[in-house]
Amino acid sequence: MSETEIARPASRRGGSRRGEMVVHAVLILGAALMIVPFIWQILTSFKTPNEVASLPPTLLPTAPTVHAYATFFQTVPFLRQFMVSVSSLVMRVAGQLFVASLAGYAFARLRFPGRDLVFTLYLLMLMVPSQLFLLGQFEIMKELGLLSKLPALAIPGMFSAFGTFLLRQAFRGLPAEFEEAARLDGANTWQVFWHVMLPMARPMIAALAVLTSLYSWNDLLWPLIVTPTGANRPLTVGLAAMQGQYGTDYPTLMAGALVCLAPLVLVFLLLRRQFFAGIASSGLKG
Amino acid sequence: MSTATRVPVRRRVRRTGTPTPTRRTRRRTDWWAVLMIAPATLGLAVLYLWPFLETFLKSFKGNALFGPSKFVGVQNYSNLISNDAFWHALRNSMLYTALVLLGVPLAVVLAALIEQVTRGRTIYQVLFFLPVVTLPVAIGMVWRLILNGDFGLLNWVLSRFGIPGEYWVADARFTIWAFAAVGIWMGLGINLIILGAGLQGISPELYEASALDGAGRARQFRSITVPLLSPTIFFVVILTVISALQMFDLVFIMLGSVNNTAIDGSKTIVYLFYEAAFVQFKQGYAAAIAVVLLMVIMAATAIQFRLQRKWVVDV
Repeated sequence: MSETEIARPASRRGGSRRGEMVVHAVLILGAALMIVPFIWQILTSFKTPNEVASLPPTLLPTAPTVHAYATFFQTVPFLRQFMVSVSSLVMRVAGQLFVASLAGYAFARLRFPGRDLVFTLYLLMLMVPSQLFLLGQFEIMKELGLLSKLPALAIPGMFSAFGTFLLRQAFRGLPAEFEEAARLDGANTWQVFWHVMLPMARPMIAALAVLTSLYSWNDLLWPLIVTPTGANRPLTVGLAAMQGQYGTDYPTLMAGALVCLAPLVLVFLLLRRQFFAGIASSGLKG
Repeated sequence: MSTATRVPVRRRVRRTGTPTPTRRTRRRTDWWAVLMIAPATLGLAVLYLWPFLETFLKSFKGNALFGPSKFVGVQNYSNLISNDAFWHALRNSMLYTALVLLGVPLAVVLAALIEQVTRGRTIYQVLFFLPVVTLPVAIGMVWRLILNGDFGLLNWVLSRFGIPGEYWVADARFTIWAFAAVGIWMGLGINLIILGAGLQGISPELYEASALDGAGRARQFRSITVPLLSPTIFFVVILTVISALQMFDLVFIMLGSVNNTAIDGSKTIVYLFYEAAFVQFKQGYAAAIAVVLLMVIMAATAIQFRLQRKWVVDV
């Protein structure tokens, strides 16, 4: 690819066709590299373990079989783990949206003593890597008797300096007129927040919901720590454990991985705009 | 032309800034506010601030499994420094981070290309984004298969070109490089979206004007796109470094439970932390690792803010 092709909107100016073709060729190559692993995963899941280890590798399964899927569903409590993943996600997202929108609004629009100091503490917290919190959070969950229980997966994630910061930025960007009008009509702070401001901040709240869902669904380290045993393992931990169990039975591993990754990929395809907005807002407002 | 429309990151925050508060709220304390920040502030204090302070304290304490641990001064730190495994892990994390950073220029070029096409932009964004919405555990699994030394897809493709294959994951000489390739692959989608949003903010008139002045596309990329995008690029670099230094999932999945003999040379800092804290239950030692990680991240971020003056254009 020559550097001359890298530029901006020749196309917007109705520019060269050939230029655009070259750009497409490069992008298609890149996109192919992105999806080859997924295709390989799908193909492998229909092979037998012997075929996977054969040399040279076969591209298409010679005798396609759903054996791997059968093994997966028979030995792994998929539905249970799926429900754990979903319910901890819902708890975490709902909790965080509520907590962060309240605080975000207060920091953005209200006056109270110590506001700037407290908010600075929030910002400092943003810079600390999560490993600094894990030991203490684990201890708290243990003290509360929540280890291996569902709430332990969701509780720490309900409180987020990042989420509060993001929504504070959202509320700050909203026009003040509606708020003032509502106040003149006699609404108190809570009514202004709940009926006027919260609905206006909806796009950013949706973005935060998507981001938090993504973190929650994909998180491995924390669930690994708080669900050392038992029934309340989410999909990530379940999949990781499956790898210990099935070692080199790649078709079963691939089948399991595919089944587990499918739900979020489907949600993403449906809510593409919100995902992109969420990621973009984390960048632009960070 | 207004700066606000095309400026990401730092400025934007200040610009959209405080909408002048109404007189009333400025004068009096609004007690609702205290109620409203209470849940977040209490939660963060208990679940984040306290664990943070406790981790600091713990790093100066012993590793007693039961009962209170005694203060041992800097012993955890001196153990850490005299342990080869720690230096290996630190080197691995830094090498991984440096390699993953190569994904940033790649993302800038790809973002510029995607911005340029008239049709299919969304399809490209979706395809490049797929790994972001895929469980890292699943990603680790499939790449372990592709990079397998005996029957992996990569070695087969290489053999077609007459290049001898390697044990990309099992051979400690290549492991971090293999992780970094997967790391770039995983992170590309996020970077493309963030950079794409930054590109949207660059005014098309600039390109038109420069084209009239006879600038070619390469020149435009160098003289318009990169400088005006530099605050966003800087932000992407910061994010990339912070998350790369905390890499854990890939090590855990691609080396983890299966192949314990090969893993020693390939641990990252956070893997070392996980192992000390939750496998060996050496909490004081683990706390010291976490504190060192914090210092590494702070140092890396500070250095970047230093360097940014040299290359980030203050738009």
